Amino acid sequence: MVNTSVTLCGLQLDNPIIPASGTFGYGAEFAELYDINILGTFSFKGTTKEPRFGNPTPRIAECREGMLNSVGLQNPGVDEVCDTILPRMKKYFNKPVMANIGGFSIDEYVYCCEKASQAENVGLVELNISCPNVHGGGMSFGTSPESAARVTEAVRRICKKPLFVKLSPNVTDIAAIARACEDAGADGVSLINTLMGMRIDIRRRTPVLANKKGGFSGAAVFPVALRMVYDVYEAVKIPVIGMGGVTTVDDVIEMMMAGARAVEIGSANLTDPFVCKKIIEALPGRMEELGITSLADIVGAAH
Amino acid sequence: MNQSIYTVADNSRIADGIYKMTLLGDTSAFSAPGQFVNVKLDGFYLRRPISVCHYNSNTLTLIYKVVGGGTDAMSRIGRGASLDLLTGLGNGFDLTKSGERPLIVGGGVGIPPLYRLCRDLFAQGRKPTVILGFNSEKDLFYIDEFARAAYDVRVVTADGSFGDKGLVTDVMKNIEDYTYFYSCGPIPMLKAVCRMAKTDGQVSLEERMGCGFGACMGCSIETAEGAKRVCKDGPVFTKEALKW
Repeated sequence: MVNTSVTLCGLQLDNPIIPASGTFGYGAEFAELYDINILGTFSFKGTTKEPRFGNPTPRIAECREGMLNSVGLQNPGVDEVCDTILPRMKKYFNKPVMANIGGFSIDEYVYCCEKASQAENVGLVELNISCPNVHGGGMSFGTSPESAARVTEAVRRICKKPLFVKLSPNVTDIAAIARACEDAGADGVSLINTLMGMRIDIRRRTPVLANKKGGFSGAAVFPVALRMVYDVYEAVKIPVIGMGGVTTVDDVIEMMMAGARAVEIGSANLTDPFVCKKIIEALPGRMEELGITSLADIVGAAH
Repeated sequence: MNQSIYTVADNSRIADGIYKMTLLGDTSAFSAPGQFVNVKLDGFYLRRPISVCHYNSNTLTLIYKVVGGGTDAMSRIGRGASLDLLTGLGNGFDLTKSGERPLIVGGGVGIPPLYRLCRDLFAQGRKPTVILGFNSEKDLFYIDEFARAAYDVRVVTADGSFGDKGLVTDVMKNIEDYTYFYSCGPIPMLKAVCRMAKTDGQVSLEERMGCGFGACMGCSIETAEGAKRVCKDGPVFTKEALKW
């Protein structure tokens, strides 16, 4: 028997598979397809203080082995999430969920994290300081060590659950930002958010996305994400959650060997809604083939 | 929603840039006309959402227009090939609202999802009047099929090369006695149809989608009832909800 469980800041997960924020809603659509209690946990849709419609459409564009999105944090607001959606979630998900929190000011991040982290079925908080699709907040906090540290420090003071800071790849030195978050009290970091990109419709001579630019994700970004996880693992002592283009069970193992304690799966959920289930079912067999008895043992094995 | 593998029984051109694909496989996930499928194509990352023209116990008919690389690749798929589809997506048309004499208005590649709707209404003893709009004679398809399943079919082309010359609304304005309407086509046409309609009705929308099943919020629109996902809450919406 192989052991697929991993531990994040004292929270034991049955396996390291975590659907990434923005690709899994609040879980309800996937709970219609399979029992989502097989997941390690999942990171719910990025939630802000006020309800947001997000950006105009088109918000989605095809790329080679990937996609662009410019959704722009569409969500019903943290009050609706905490008062209605989280209680309802208990009916189809009986594990602690990861609350992904977005914002436009430190006060907003503090308000949302304080409220969400008090919810009984929230086990972890993922602070999104890396959304490329909103102005005046989001990624602007995640692109300098100083601002990343400021928001992390403020949120850490009031956050009742382990705090993971989700990092942007659109920076010169992601390891320096990870270190700044660690120094400011982050319990862990997760990376990478999407890479800024765009497409142009050559017949109309205009950007495909209504918001012009968007976040690039999907299988194509995997080597970039892997390298960043590898670098951040060497830079910090806190746990690292790896994500970016993960599509197969081998990608999961590779990401863990680079240094990820757990692995988020994003865009792949959109093209194959059963991908997380397939990976979880394939993990034990693949571990046996590779001579891995406990997944926790391979974290950072490539260093 | 189901994910299943279908076998291509036929895939052929039926009008200028318009193809009809017949697929064999499990259709149990469909519950109403107007639902759609999301098709996985080799070499493309995102699936392609395609409306369903007709389905029965083991056959699915898709009529689609080649508009880009994905649908072009789809048009080249041969008989016997296997295709990975997410099926039974979205909420289809509500037939219970139709009344005795529903009006069905379709424009171009918006026409296919109206076919099964029309057949079902006709089979229930309703008397659907159908207006089909095309740009030109070379774009025509499914006129005979609709004629067999409707009380009356009117065809209009923008250049007058077949039927009346003009827009679907030019025909619609002379029809008085319909009890409800259903429509699918380009957004400007849908808005014009909603504005002209003397009754309540339902329209089916199209939008670029990420997932097709409600997870990614890629296809959201603002409605009278707040933000709605075209893929999961639609693609069929009432005229009232759209505030048109």
